[in-house]
Amino acid sequence: MDAALTAARAGLVSCHSCHLLVRPPAGGAEAMEHAACPRCGAALHSRKPDSLGRTWAYLITAMIFYVPAMALPIMTTTTTFGGARKDTVLSGVYYLLTTGMWPLAAIVFFASVVVPVLKIVILVLLLVTSRQGGDWRRLDRARLYRLTEAVGRWSMVDVYVVTILVALVRLQALAIVEAEQGAVFFAAVVVLTMFAARSFDPRLIWDQRSDATP
Amino acid sequence: MHAATIACHECDLLQRTVPLPRGGVARCARCGAVLYRQGDTGLDQVLALTLAGLILFVLANAFPLLTMRIDTNVQPATLLSGALRLADQGMAGLAALVVLTSAAAPLLKLLLLGYLLVPLRLGWRAPFAARAFRVVLALQPWAMMEVFLLGLLVAMVKLSSMAEIIVGTALYAFGFLVLVLAGITASLDPRAVWDRLGVR
Repeated sequence: MDAALTAARAGLVSCHSCHLLVRPPAGGAEAMEHAACPRCGAALHSRKPDSLGRTWAYLITAMIFYVPAMALPIMTTTTTFGGARKDTVLSGVYYLLTTGMWPLAAIVFFASVVVPVLKIVILVLLLVTSRQGGDWRRLDRARLYRLTEAVGRWSMVDVYVVTILVALVRLQALAIVEAEQGAVFFAAVVVLTMFAARSFDPRLIWDQRSDATP
Repeated sequence: MHAATIACHECDLLQRTVPLPRGGVARCARCGAVLYRQGDTGLDQVLALTLAGLILFVLANAFPLLTMRIDTNVQPATLLSGALRLADQGMAGLAALVVLTSAAAPLLKLLLLGYLLVPLRLGWRAPFAARAFRVVLALQPWAMMEVFLLGLLVAMVKLSSMAEIIVGTALYAFGFLVLVLAGITASLDPRAVWDRLGVR
């Protein structure tokens, strides 16, 4: 495993965009900085630039935003007879649960609460273990990375629910739904964790300490 | 270039490419990432799906997805009316994100694929074709129509006790569009497109 021949060790660069294997231009780091893929024109990098630092930055911002995203209401429903009712992400899940739609409640709870937390925890774990450069459970770490990329998008479901309700429930005299600040923070968490997952370079899981660093 | 060798995009291991049967998937020997897949259909079928997708996109946007009715009060909602309402309420950023992920990204993906594949079918190469295809691949994670469909389902359940919900024509078009987009993702082999576009 340690003797695995990677593109980096062979002195080659795999294009991030089209995966063409390219021999980097002669002239070292400076020539590499301006190098573009001959097939698709994307900038060439052996590893994503500043992967660990960028991913940390997105993740820490996401963690901070997660607090108001959960604590603040995401929408207000005003009805003529029921008055105004503010809903958070969790009270929305609870509502689905009590109206007898527990499978839907489970899906929304998973997508809105479990997935963002899981994504943040997994990415922190990957960042910490990749910095150390050890070979601890590499295959499992690679699988965790793929999992975070695959499930992250489903967190958007609550943002869409609010959008659809806002569009539908606007009968001024009877009922009206308005979006609240919590929805903005929640959407920001989803976007930030997507950026975090994309700026993490999974090759760092496999790189040996002796390999070229990003 | 090294046509027969590729590096795994997730662990950088160099591996030799082998021909695959239709629908086959090549995985990295070390980390298990999908290296490449042989589309189970050719580019012609991807082109057909793209054109079908564009027609469905127009239908999905032209009619209401859902209509709410309480007594004689009727309120229809289209794909974009929710985003417009969010913008009205001073949430332009949220509205932009919803438009990007539920409409603009999938539409741009379909348009750019059509722009690429129609000329390729006719044997020539569209200007900026490589750049266009790079955009198609970059848009992939931002097109979330299937998640929007789940959102529609949740919204319908939430409102079912309060009002009568009428399912619109556009919802069916939208459902088929989600299937067509999934079909494009499953059958499009980016390597086939890059090979046809060639090295400049």
